[in-house]
Amino acid sequence: MNSEINIRITGEAGQGIVAAGMMLCRMYKDSGRHVFAIQDYMSRIRGGTNFFQVRAAAGPVYAPREKADIVIALDKEAVEANMAALAPGGLLVLDAEKFGIKGLKEGWLDAPVYALAQETGGPIYANSVALGIIAALTCESFDDAGRAVDREFSAKGGEVAAKNRQAARKGYEHAAKNMKDCAFRLAGAPHKSDLLLAGNEALALGAISAGCKFYSAYPMSPSTGIMNTVADYAARYGIIVEQAEDEIAAVNMAVGASFAGVRAMTSSSGGGFALMCEGLSLAAMTETPLVIAVVMRPGPATGFPTRTAQEDLEFALHAGHGEFARAVYTPGSPEECFLAAKRAFNTAERFQVPALILSDQHLAESLINIEFPDASAEPPDRGRIFIPGSGPEPDRYAYSADGVSARAFPGKPGPLAVADSDEHGPEGHITESAEVRTRMTQKRLHLKLAGLAKETLPPTVVNPGAATMLCGFGSTLGVMRETCAAAKDAGFIHFSQVWPFPAEAALAALKGAGRVLTVENNASGQLARLMLRETGLKPAGSILRYDGRPFTLEWVSAALEKEAPVWR
Amino acid sequence: MEIKDFHSADPVAWCPGCGNFGIQAALKTALAKLGKEPRDLLLVSGIGQAAKMPHYIKANFFNGLHGRSLPAAAAAKIADRELTVIVTTGDGDCYGEGGNHFIHNIRRNVDLTVIVHDNQIYGLTKGQASPTSEPGLKTKIQPGGVILAPFPPLETALALGCGFVARGYAAEREHLSELILAGIKHKGFSLIDVFQPCVSFNKLNTYEWYAKRVYKVGTEHDVADKAAAMALAAQRERLPLGVIYCKAKPSYEELSGLDGMQPLVDANLDNIDIGPALADFR
Repeated sequence: MNSEINIRITGEAGQGIVAAGMMLCRMYKDSGRHVFAIQDYMSRIRGGTNFFQVRAAAGPVYAPREKADIVIALDKEAVEANMAALAPGGLLVLDAEKFGIKGLKEGWLDAPVYALAQETGGPIYANSVALGIIAALTCESFDDAGRAVDREFSAKGGEVAAKNRQAARKGYEHAAKNMKDCAFRLAGAPHKSDLLLAGNEALALGAISAGCKFYSAYPMSPSTGIMNTVADYAARYGIIVEQAEDEIAAVNMAVGASFAGVRAMTSSSGGGFALMCEGLSLAAMTETPLVIAVVMRPGPATGFPTRTAQEDLEFALHAGHGEFARAVYTPGSPEECFLAAKRAFNTAERFQVPALILSDQHLAESLINIEFPDASAEPPDRGRIFIPGSGPEPDRYAYSADGVSARAFPGKPGPLAVADSDEHGPEGHITESAEVRTRMTQKRLHLKLAGLAKETLPPTVVNPGAATMLCGFGSTLGVMRETCAAAKDAGFIHFSQVWPFPAEAALAALKGAGRVLTVENNASGQLARLMLRETGLKPAGSILRYDGRPFTLEWVSAALEKEAPVWR
Repeated sequence: MEIKDFHSADPVAWCPGCGNFGIQAALKTALAKLGKEPRDLLLVSGIGQAAKMPHYIKANFFNGLHGRSLPAAAAAKIADRELTVIVTTGDGDCYGEGGNHFIHNIRRNVDLTVIVHDNQIYGLTKGQASPTSEPGLKTKIQPGGVILAPFPPLETALALGCGFVARGYAAEREHLSELILAGIKHKGFSLIDVFQPCVSFNKLNTYEWYAKRVYKVGTEHDVADKAAAMALAAQRERLPLGVIYCKAKPSYEELSGLDGMQPLVDANLDNIDIGPALADFR
């Protein structure tokens, strides 16, 4: 019995790699295993070489492994591109006749995937045949694979599902008969973590749960998944999703809708978020609540559209001209994405500031099984809104001790609603007054920041003061968690909110630590710089990865074994 | 409602003699005739001299970024479809900086009334060419005269299928107020391009210049005739004023289903049951 297994299904875009991966995830999850799956794909709709990799285990798993125990290749190029990813003792399943491969290398196993697919109806069924083969190698019966097929294809009609089930069955029977010597049996037990969720989906569901009623965005990988999920549920939850003509429109629409009184949100990735910066500044100046999800990918410019990075931490902290308070959330898991979305709406409305949620492709599109989240956490809190009859009507931007003044909405009882991107007095009209300018800046920056700082989410800390303390934000939570559980005398601190920065909590967790290292998907150690600036504590080094790929367990542990981790 | 109900105490910062005063008067007259309270009106603008208008009329207002009045206005209307939303913008704001939004909001067809103060010059930045400047107009940045072909707002709007296209003149206040009122009553994106003399920077398109060229479109013009509208909009020697084109077409609110929903702003955010959506991810 193995405690875990890592499976990679690979082929070109258009071969149903994602469908096969989703079926694998559900097959294992529903049979009592935990799963963590990554998607690695090129910026193209057809061709190339993509893979979907599922790590299935008897216990919870939070991060990817580099090497696969089983690789199943759906085209010849995928064999070439993925043979190096095979773990020692692993199995590479391929269709030698179809690919024209003669002379199998060690660990390679021939299976007539395409002949079996053809028997079912054509090469389109190859992915389901592959699923069946893997089920035979790793599962006790065909049942879980069969259910996973039905779940994946039921929306496409009974006939499509039946054909795919038939294809999976053929793969299963072939492997059960011819490959039984190669079986990897996987331990597992029923568990309650039965949702299969990626960060983008969790973020969207959190936003819907928070009462987001207007969502404007322009499609951009890897942020589009959020808009897709909100759009899926728009009719059911009374939400308008508007595809804007550009990101500038998207952010200005979100600000306009929020001004009118609805919870509104936009999202993008690096380049699109760059276009939103003036709108971000507008939200701050007009004190209009705004939630923006920024799902990072490698830049500069177009960069790697479908890959991952954490290069825009400093950008998110400083985006927008002028000085103003903001909150920046950096969730590390789908659970945290769900909560971050709800919290971001509350923060945005209570402090009347922009609240950013910084994610990345790895978090956005990696799937993990989680428990049903507590939907009652972070109930909507709309902050200060003028209640008619509660007293004299206040000026919209009236000075206050905490920098927050009551909002009014157009068309609703109470004072007229006003907003100006120019410097303005308490009543909202344009001013050139030096005194007003000073007080308004203090309102928007100093006072609000002080209030936000009191509510910064505490970081997750494991083994505080350990000999080695890893520090990360966002998507590195999982890899740090597993690395530290396995390593000797190692702990970590993970920031799920980086602004305002929780300096005291960070210093407390790092007190007495031997060496402090940040783990970052960027080339310059942006978190290390932020920590130094905010705490005075200089990390000894940074474990950096900036090739567009997520950290794997192997990558981090190899870096930890070095004397002094280098700035790669 | 009376004109004085829309009086704002904010001091006006336009130059004496500015065409904007005529537009302000026409807008107030139209609002008085419309009969809605300031509370139910939202004026949205970007940046420029025209964009100051919302400060000078009593109503809700959102004075946002240069060029970005239309997205903010469209979204505010989507958020609360019961509001009457009027955009006061200029030729630089709407046709230059915000050109992409002009194109796509005509396509979007949210119920907005868009008044473009078209003075064919940049006023707030002190006299550079605008998208509608006449070729040959000399400015500090175009000392040899403008060489770019002017942007044709009416023809562009017609080509994009805009359901209400009109042109007014700041000096024809009564006529302009009728155009504005008709624009507000038209459901969908209504464009009113308004000739507005700039007394400080545009020494070419003066009150005298306009007086020689403008004329009011007569009742013989069929406003539902797109070809006739296009012909009128293409006139360059004499400049027609009035409703150039008007034809009902389905608005965003109808097509998106908004009209059948309670206004988004009135949605109850307590007790949203996310459970069924989460369960789809089992």
